[in-house]
Amino acid sequence: MSERVAVRKTYKLFIGGKFPRSESGRSYLVQSSNVSLASRKDARDAVVAARAAVKGWAGATAYNRGQILYRAAEMLEGRREQFVALGIPGDEVDAAVDRWVWYAGWADKLSQVYGGANPVAGPYFNLSAPEPTGVVAVVAPERPALLGLVSVIAPAIVTGNTVVVAASPTEPLAAVTLAEVLATSDLPGGVVNILTGRITETAPTLAAHMDVNAIDLSGVTDGELAADLEVKAAENLKRVLRPAPVDHDWSVDPGVTRMTSLLETKTVWHPKGV
Amino acid sequence: MFEYAPAPESRSVVDLKPSYGLFIDGEFVDPTDGGSFKSINPASEEALAEVAEAGPQDVERAVRAARTAYEKVWGLMPGRDRAKYLFRIARIIQERSRELAVLESLDNGKPIKESRDVDLPLVAAHFFYYAGWADKLEHAGFGADPKPVGVAAQVIPWNFPLLMLAWKIAPALAAGNTVVLKPAETTPLTALLFAEICQQAELPAGVVNIVTGAGDTGRTLVEHPGVDKVAFTGSTDVGRAIARSVAGTRKKLTLELGGKAANIVFDDAPIDQAVEGIVNGIFFNQGHVCCAGSRLLVQENVADRVLESLKRRMAQLRVGDPLDKNTDIGAINSAAQLERIRELSDAGSAEGAERWSPPCELPDRGFWFAPTIFTGVTQAHRIAREEIFGPVLSVLTFRTPAEAVEKANNTPYGLSAGIWTDKGSRILWTADRLRAGVVWANTFNKFDPTSPFGGYKESGYGREGGRHGLEGYLNV
Repeated sequence: MSERVAVRKTYKLFIGGKFPRSESGRSYLVQSSNVSLASRKDARDAVVAARAAVKGWAGATAYNRGQILYRAAEMLEGRREQFVALGIPGDEVDAAVDRWVWYAGWADKLSQVYGGANPVAGPYFNLSAPEPTGVVAVVAPERPALLGLVSVIAPAIVTGNTVVVAASPTEPLAAVTLAEVLATSDLPGGVVNILTGRITETAPTLAAHMDVNAIDLSGVTDGELAADLEVKAAENLKRVLRPAPVDHDWSVDPGVTRMTSLLETKTVWHPKGV
Repeated sequence: MFEYAPAPESRSVVDLKPSYGLFIDGEFVDPTDGGSFKSINPASEEALAEVAEAGPQDVERAVRAARTAYEKVWGLMPGRDRAKYLFRIARIIQERSRELAVLESLDNGKPIKESRDVDLPLVAAHFFYYAGWADKLEHAGFGADPKPVGVAAQVIPWNFPLLMLAWKIAPALAAGNTVVLKPAETTPLTALLFAEICQQAELPAGVVNIVTGAGDTGRTLVEHPGVDKVAFTGSTDVGRAIARSVAGTRKKLTLELGGKAANIVFDDAPIDQAVEGIVNGIFFNQGHVCCAGSRLLVQENVADRVLESLKRRMAQLRVGDPLDKNTDIGAINSAAQLERIRELSDAGSAEGAERWSPPCELPDRGFWFAPTIFTGVTQAHRIAREEIFGPVLSVLTFRTPAEAVEKANNTPYGLSAGIWTDKGSRILWTADRLRAGVVWANTFNKFDPTSPFGGYKESGYGREGGRHGLEGYLNV
C-alpha cells in the first residue's frame, strides 16, 4: 500500500474575514511554501475592510469584545500543535495564548483605569473616557513570529480599533495560521487584516494612507525606512508607535502603553443644575 | 442698544521696559546672533516694547542651559521641592494677576474681562494643579517610578499667550523636565513677565528658558538635536511640519492643532441658553480659539427661531477697546490674521453663502472685524471646511440626529464639539458618535486644569490638562 499523499495548505492573505490571494497574482517562496506577495492595492483593500469594520467593532460592548478575544485564545490553544509544526517553540505558543488572554481581560477595564471623572472647579459633570483611534496599520515584529504578532494585534483591537498587519516577511506562516484562528473566533470580518509579503511594499502605502489613523512601526528594523514611514504618517497626523529596539524581549510584561498609545481621550462636560 | 460710558481698566499697573532680551539660564541676555522686533498693541498699532529675536546660537545656549539644569538640579530635585517652586509661581501669578491681565489684553487685544476672569485664573489654577502632582507621580498610573523625558522644546500660539505657557510649562516642570519655550512673535510680553516671576520665585537658573522670535526661531528650537520632547500648539500645517521633522528621532511629540468644531442645536434645546452658547462658542476671544464652535449645526425646524434670536443677541455685542471692562469683542491679534479672516469671509460670500453682521462701529486704528454669521452654508464651502480663527460663524442645518453627527464629523479636524438638547439620552448618544476630544453639552468653551484637552484626527495628539497631561512629559 502506498503512503497517503498529504493535502497541502495554500497560504493566502486575510482581508475582510476572507482569504483572498494577492490581487497581483504574485507569491513568494518562504518557509518552503508559496505565500501571497501582497501588493499596494491589497494594502488599500485591507484598509477599506478595516474601516468598514470600525463602526461595529468600536461600537460593540467592551464585554462582547472581551468575550471574542477570549474565544480567540481558546482557538489558539486548540491549535497549539499546528503552530509547533510550523517551528514555533511550544513555550512561545503558550506565551502567546497567555498574552492573548491577558489582553482580553482588559477590554472592560481600561476605561476605568485610564479614564474617569475630573474634579473641575465649577458645577459641571466632567468625564474623560478613552476611545479607539480607528484603523491602525501595524508592522509586526519579524520574530518571534507568533508572540510578536499577538503582542501587537491584541492591544490594538481589544479597545475597539481595527488593524491592517504587515506580517513578518521571513516567517509569515504563523500569521496566516493566526488568521485561521481569528476567522473561527467570532471576530467580525475586517477587524484584523493580514498582509504577507515585503514590508517595503505594503508599509509605505499604509503609512501614507489618509484613512489610517495610527501606525505601529514595531517590526521595522531599518532606521531609514522607519523615518520615511514616520514622515509619510505625518501627512494626516497619524499616531505613531516607533520601532521596538532590535533586542526587545517580547516575553516581558508589556504594560498598558501599547493599548493607550492607540486611544483617544474624549472629555464630556455637562452643567449641573435643577 | 444701551449706551455705555467708557470703563477703561488702567494700564498704569503695567511697567513695561523699552526692550527685552532673551531669558536664558535665569537671566535676561542680549541675543548673540539674532535681531529684534517690536510687539505692538493690535487695538492701536502702537509699539509696546522691543523684543529680541533668538538666532540659532541663542537657541543653542538656551537648550544647553536647560540640559545643565536638568542634569544638575531639576532632574535630581525631590518632587516635593519642585512642587514648592510651582506653588510659589502659582501664588505670584495670583498676586500679580491684574498686571498680567492688563498686559495680556494690551499685547493680544483680548477683552480685559476675559483676560481677567478666564485666562489669569486658569493660569494660576494650572500651576497650582500640577504643583501638587510633582511629588505624587508614582500614583499617576504611569508605573511605580516614572521618569521625566529631559529637555522640552515648547512652541505656543498667540491666542491665549499666558494660558498656553501654563499648559506647557506647569506639567513639564512638575514631571521633572526643564524647558525652552518660544512664545508667539505677536504676543511675547506676558511670557517675559513670567520670566521675571520665575526669578521672583527663585526658580533655579535654566529650568525655564524663554526665547522670543518668529517661525525660524521655533523651527530651530524643535529641530535642535538636544531636545527630548517637543510640544506645540498652533496650526495643523506647522504641526505636520514638526511631525515630519521629528521623524526618525527619539523626540517625544504632542500636538494641539486646529479645529472646526460643530456646535449642534437640536430642536428641543432651550433656545436662549443655546444662543448664549453659540455666541460664547464663536465670539469668545474674537474667535481666536482652536476649539471655537465655528460651525453651527441647527435642526431645520428651529433654524429660523435660533437665527432670529442669535442676530438679536449679536446686536448687543460691544466691539472695541480691549481694556474697557464692558467690551465683549476686542481686537484681531494681527494684520496678518485680519487679512486671513477677510479672505475667507470674502470666499464665503463668493461661494454663495449669505453674510450678516450687526450694525457695528469699529475703531479707526488697530485691527478689527465685526461679528459675522454666514447662512446657507454647504459642507463644500471653504468657510465650512477651513479654520477661520476669527469671529465668523458658518450656519448649516440638519434634519435627523444621524445627519447632525455625519456633518459634524465631516472634517479632518476633531478637537471639540457642542451639543444642545434637553434630552439626556440624546446627549450621550451624540457624544459617543462625535469624533472630538472635548464635547461640551449644554455649555461651551469651558476649561479646567483637571480636564484633559486635545484632539482627534488632524487636530493633533496627546492631551494637556489632568492626569493625562503628565503623560507627554514622562518616559512611558
